[in-house]
Amino acid sequence: MTRHSDLAMTRRWFLAVAGATVTTGFWNGAAGALAPVGQPMGDGYQPTVWYAIAGDGKITMHIHMAEMGQHVGTALSRIIAEELEADWDDVTFVHVDTDPKWGYMITGGSWSINHNFEAFSKAGAAGRIAMIEAGAREMGVPAGECTARQSKVIHGEQSITYGELVSRGAVDRQFAKEELAAITLKPATERRLLSKDTVARDVPEKVNGAAIFGIDRTVEGMVYARPVMPPVRFGSQVATWDDSAAKKIPGYIRTIEIEDPTATCQGWLVVVAESWTAASNAVDMLDVTWEGGAGRETSEADLMAEGARLVMDDSAGSLFVLEGEPDAVLDVAETVHEAIYQTHTVLHMQLEPGNALVWQDGDTWRVHAGNQWQSLTLPLVAKALAIDPGKLVFETSYLGGGFGRRLFCDFIVPAALTAKAMGRPVKMVMARADDSQFDCARSPTVQRVRSVTDETGAMRAYDHACASGWPTAAIAPEALTAGVKGGKVDLFAISGADHWYAAEAIRVRTVKHEKVHETFLPGNLRSVAPGYTMWAVETHIDEVAHALGLDPAAYRRSLLTAEGRNGGSAPHAVGGATRLRDVLDRVVERSGWAKRGDLPKGTGMGIAVTAGQERTMPTWIATVAQVRVDRETGVVTLEHIWASIDAGTLVHPDGALAQAEGAILWGASMALHEGTVIENGLPRDQNLDTYTPMRMHQVPALDIDFAVNDHMPVGLGEPGVIGVAPAIGNAIFHATGARLRTLPMRPQDILEALET
Amino acid sequence: MISFTLNKQVVEVEVPGETPLLWVLRDELGLTGTKFGCGIAQCGACTVHVDGQARRSCVTPISTVDGSDVTTIEGLAGSAGMTGGKLHPVQAAWIKAQAPQCGYCQSGQIMQAAALLSESPDPTDEEISAGMAGNLCRCMAYVRIRKAIKIAAVSLSEGANP
Repeated sequence: MTRHSDLAMTRRWFLAVAGATVTTGFWNGAAGALAPVGQPMGDGYQPTVWYAIAGDGKITMHIHMAEMGQHVGTALSRIIAEELEADWDDVTFVHVDTDPKWGYMITGGSWSINHNFEAFSKAGAAGRIAMIEAGAREMGVPAGECTARQSKVIHGEQSITYGELVSRGAVDRQFAKEELAAITLKPATERRLLSKDTVARDVPEKVNGAAIFGIDRTVEGMVYARPVMPPVRFGSQVATWDDSAAKKIPGYIRTIEIEDPTATCQGWLVVVAESWTAASNAVDMLDVTWEGGAGRETSEADLMAEGARLVMDDSAGSLFVLEGEPDAVLDVAETVHEAIYQTHTVLHMQLEPGNALVWQDGDTWRVHAGNQWQSLTLPLVAKALAIDPGKLVFETSYLGGGFGRRLFCDFIVPAALTAKAMGRPVKMVMARADDSQFDCARSPTVQRVRSVTDETGAMRAYDHACASGWPTAAIAPEALTAGVKGGKVDLFAISGADHWYAAEAIRVRTVKHEKVHETFLPGNLRSVAPGYTMWAVETHIDEVAHALGLDPAAYRRSLLTAEGRNGGSAPHAVGGATRLRDVLDRVVERSGWAKRGDLPKGTGMGIAVTAGQERTMPTWIATVAQVRVDRETGVVTLEHIWASIDAGTLVHPDGALAQAEGAILWGASMALHEGTVIENGLPRDQNLDTYTPMRMHQVPALDIDFAVNDHMPVGLGEPGVIGVAPAIGNAIFHATGARLRTLPMRPQDILEALET
Repeated sequence: MISFTLNKQVVEVEVPGETPLLWVLRDELGLTGTKFGCGIAQCGACTVHVDGQARRSCVTPISTVDGSDVTTIEGLAGSAGMTGGKLHPVQAAWIKAQAPQCGYCQSGQIMQAAALLSESPDPTDEEISAGMAGNLCRCMAYVRIRKAIKIAAVSLSEGANP
């Protein structure tokens, strides 16, 4: 009997609060909520809050997910338009503000399509039903004889457009929750938009400079600000400060000492000036001393040592999965496959640094800033300002990169407090190093994996322990779940370790690394936990295959039996591990895996199979990497990546491909090119001179294919990241016999591994 | 007083001479298409053309552009003689390739690519890699950026929009 920390509970928590709810509609003569600048909400008939059909036939979708590169407005609009039988040319969309009617707002987890698919489909279907009923009445024919296509209700030779029905006032049906819930969606064979190619509607304004990001907005009377960063994230207090030198800078206004009731900012000053350059120069001229500061002596090595201690201590942490009796196997086994896997600190380096424009507008406070999790940060900012959250509105803008950094928009707090202190609008922009110092970095991790197999390779026990920061504990502790034998579990710190391989006994233990939490705020970073847990799982499985003398692809396949807990479940994981087996077979064929023995000396191929982000929403991916290793310099050249992906229905196929391309290159970048270490409590590398994500000349050949099916769409923003690092590490092993167990894999690490 | 031509219009600004061109464009002149990323000429998001050459505006003191001809993303099409909202061939190629993801770096990418193509109208893959290596795309949309440059090279050689 499997015991697994209640994944579904976390899913329910987020679904209960996030994702489109099945909301009833209302007639909206005049737009209700204040829309972001220049984006009026749709007028006209609203079968649900999610869109409006105007008398001129224009259909405006209301998008409550943030746009940060996924073309989410296009994709979500396609879902509604599909069931609505809308003419795509009639459709536009707006990104909405934080009016409570949109429900809980979070864009993350690769969830946007999956979480909203059913509600948006039903919202579209409701409109179609209402239009057909109204059209039938207007044409004097039975509704059952009418169809809807291309924004028209059709009966034989007659038809009437949706716009005409709205302008006649002929349609006003509202749907109760129960009525929406009872709607049956079209069969996939009747789909006319989903899985079909289209172009993203946000692209044109991203090529002519017109797109407005957080950093781009201005309001009348605005001044500029840059923070003075404390020595470390937590526990500092400003002891003394002197701005006499700063006062000589033209445009300098004043320095604000931030008193933050939320304790988000500890030991902060913010410098205000007439221009950002004046503020920035004044920051550099300010003479400040601090007292206190947690972890000012802490280094990456300290965090790794503590992580290693925690994974060896069976009493530390909580159980995420327990099936069977692993110790009964491990304690008596002749051979235990065992290794420690590590990943170092990773920064977001989203290209638009943290920034926010905050101002008071009558009795309402307004914030303009890129934001992935409005419902988390809005109450925080309200608390900082000591105002009712109902008096605070977040505008929506494009995000100059999210990658999880803008889930917790802590940087809005100092901007808000500065605006309050100044009594006028303030745009605070962090310099790059400020942003890096305050980043909610991906925690360094230490993982210990032990396994026991029989002589055929069947897995008798699998035991995985991981020590890391817990992002959810830091920002939304209410979303922690119960451990199997008590304690708490952060799904976003351990997901992935609950893999889809068959094993008689499995144990996964997750330990909150308190010293990480004392030093900085560990955040969610693109691919989140599977980005490191699957590094351990997929490297370990490769090591086991090698120890058994088995082909690593064939060995993985033998463990994907899709029985019991791995059999899958409807609707999100239909087929279970059989779908992972299918993508593995495809990538093996496409990459020419069978002939990998013929590759030139120093060149190798490695594989990984992954199902991120969670077992409740698996995107099935098999990844093969081909690398060439220079034994003299340790330089790894990534030549080629193949990825076979099953993400169910592809709502916007080209957008899906773009997300997969970006995610795979992120995986490669984190494997080979980026990553930092904590020094004196801060990331050592704070700008893009020494923090070095992948550039154009380092991009390998990419070969990505998608399974074609009608299963529930899952996620694509992150899952492509996950398998790349282990596939590269396994390829380095194939090329050289050197086993890498720590990310990133720098030339020096390769040279050291070659020596051992 | 510093005077220069910005997107075919003469502008005059009264700011300290060491002020980076980037912030003059964004905060004094209201052209926010040029982006701030790193402040040390490492990411390329702030790339503009100064007298036809790609320059990192975040480290270009405004005093050094006195009398120069500056083109930003907002004026790129105009600089190539396009009128009436028509796009520069590089911009059109960017749309055709569906290159942008978040879009934040793309103004700089496009300006860099346009400069690259004016020097090297039919760039090899190696020339594209070398020419674009200074422009970080954090979304890692590199596959499509390369594709877009190739589309633009063809359309520029044909003297028409793609």
